[in-house]
Amino acid sequence: MTIMLERGARQGGRSGTLPRLLAGGRRLGEHRATYGQIPLRRFTGEDGRRMLVRAITDAGLRGRGGAGFPTGRKMASVAAGAKRPVVIANGCESEPASRKDKMLMACAPHLVLDGAVLAAHAVGADRVYLCLERGTSIADRLERELAQRDDPVKIKLVRVPRRYVSSEESALVHLINDGDGRPMAAPPRPFEKGVGGRPTLVDNVETLAHVALIAAYGPDWFREVGTRADPGSTLVTIGGAVARPNVYEIAPGMRIGEVLEAAGGAVEPIGSVLVGGYFGTWVPMPDGWGLPLTHDRTGPLGTSLGAGGIVALPAESCGLAETARVVRYLAEESAQQCGPCMFGLPAIATDLAAVAYGRCDPATRQRLMRRIEQVKGRGACRHPDGATKLATSALTTFAADLETHMDGWTCTGVSRDPILPLPSRQQRDRSWK
Amino acid sequence: MTAPNAEGLRLQVDMIKCVGHASCFELLPERVKLDEWGYPIIETDPLPTNLVAHARRAVAACPTLALRVDGKVARQR
Repeated sequence: MTIMLERGARQGGRSGTLPRLLAGGRRLGEHRATYGQIPLRRFTGEDGRRMLVRAITDAGLRGRGGAGFPTGRKMASVAAGAKRPVVIANGCESEPASRKDKMLMACAPHLVLDGAVLAAHAVGADRVYLCLERGTSIADRLERELAQRDDPVKIKLVRVPRRYVSSEESALVHLINDGDGRPMAAPPRPFEKGVGGRPTLVDNVETLAHVALIAAYGPDWFREVGTRADPGSTLVTIGGAVARPNVYEIAPGMRIGEVLEAAGGAVEPIGSVLVGGYFGTWVPMPDGWGLPLTHDRTGPLGTSLGAGGIVALPAESCGLAETARVVRYLAEESAQQCGPCMFGLPAIATDLAAVAYGRCDPATRQRLMRRIEQVKGRGACRHPDGATKLATSALTTFAADLETHMDGWTCTGVSRDPILPLPSRQQRDRSWK
Repeated sequence: MTAPNAEGLRLQVDMIKCVGHASCFELLPERVKLDEWGYPIIETDPLPTNLVAHARRAVAACPTLALRVDGKVARQR
């Protein structure tokens, strides 16, 4: 399959000229020809650092790894720490419904690396850890590209176990510090005390690519696209029953329907759309067509872009069965450290499977609801929160289907091939080292 | 109901350290319930003044040192 990044559609909000992130080039020479040298000279000295953090803050850039936290504010906190900070560039992308980071790093590796160097400069860090999933061709490619560069900070490549929770920020810190890729309890959060006890800026690789662009073109240019609260372009991975499933660069504020049309439109009637990957929400269609997609929670279910994984589910598929499958996967991906996650997620997955495959009674349904409420928010990391959020949105959005399943009828959707992607056994590591 | 303590002290648990001995539930049922797997569900709003000493006793009794009483909020959601 050829990797081609499509132009984002121009509907919805201000959209300026897209794409921004992928205009560059895969090789260093091409990249420099398009973007020029890293604009470090514009930001020399202490004043320069502060100017750079202010530019990122004024641009209103928000993290593209899922949480959507304001990047400038995070940089300011890290820079204010007592010790010399460290930067982690997070390119793990363990989310199966997303491949925008892999696409970005394949198409514009040096934009990401420039961004990492600039972020390190902004917070006064002397080293960058570039975290990538191990055993992937992208890690090897980035290693080769790194060797071509001569950067003022040390960039070290870290190969991370291919496990869903190992890309969580405290898990990356844990892996670098102790060789254990499991999340840790907070506080302290990495921005206070991370790698080697130093304040650590953990940013997603797409966020860092935007940092490079803001440093080069300024906050006003950045804000020409997107909404006031969620400016700039953003990468999304659109999958499921659309004509051209792929990674797209869109402007936040675009409506779900417009985003699907950018991917060639539906190839069969769509019943619902999963937005925000496997920690996301199911949006019913066609009712949700007009819902604007941003990094803020919108709509009755609190839908947000998260890390930008979007999957269109055909009306003929069963959303409950799809969710049961994914929640089972998420339960297996638990780090098995916190009781509620270790025992609660498998129990919820089993109840959901019962609901989906028609062995459900009102008592099971009640127990499922109770378990979801009990498990939510009780892990050291947000893994149980994300998994229960997905389960809750399925029970809400597919409430009518649920009634049918409760009556002992199973819909024909359960026998269809699954739509939501999951990694194969070979793509999943067992170890945390 | 007693007023919350002035320092904003809360009872909090490190779920990674907790293995479900449930001594906190024994000592402070006012603030701790157990889920169906025996792990504590803790009321994390600031403790009422009259429970601060009891909470500290529960902290001292936790076999895995998973409990703490402090004013820092572990996670914001």
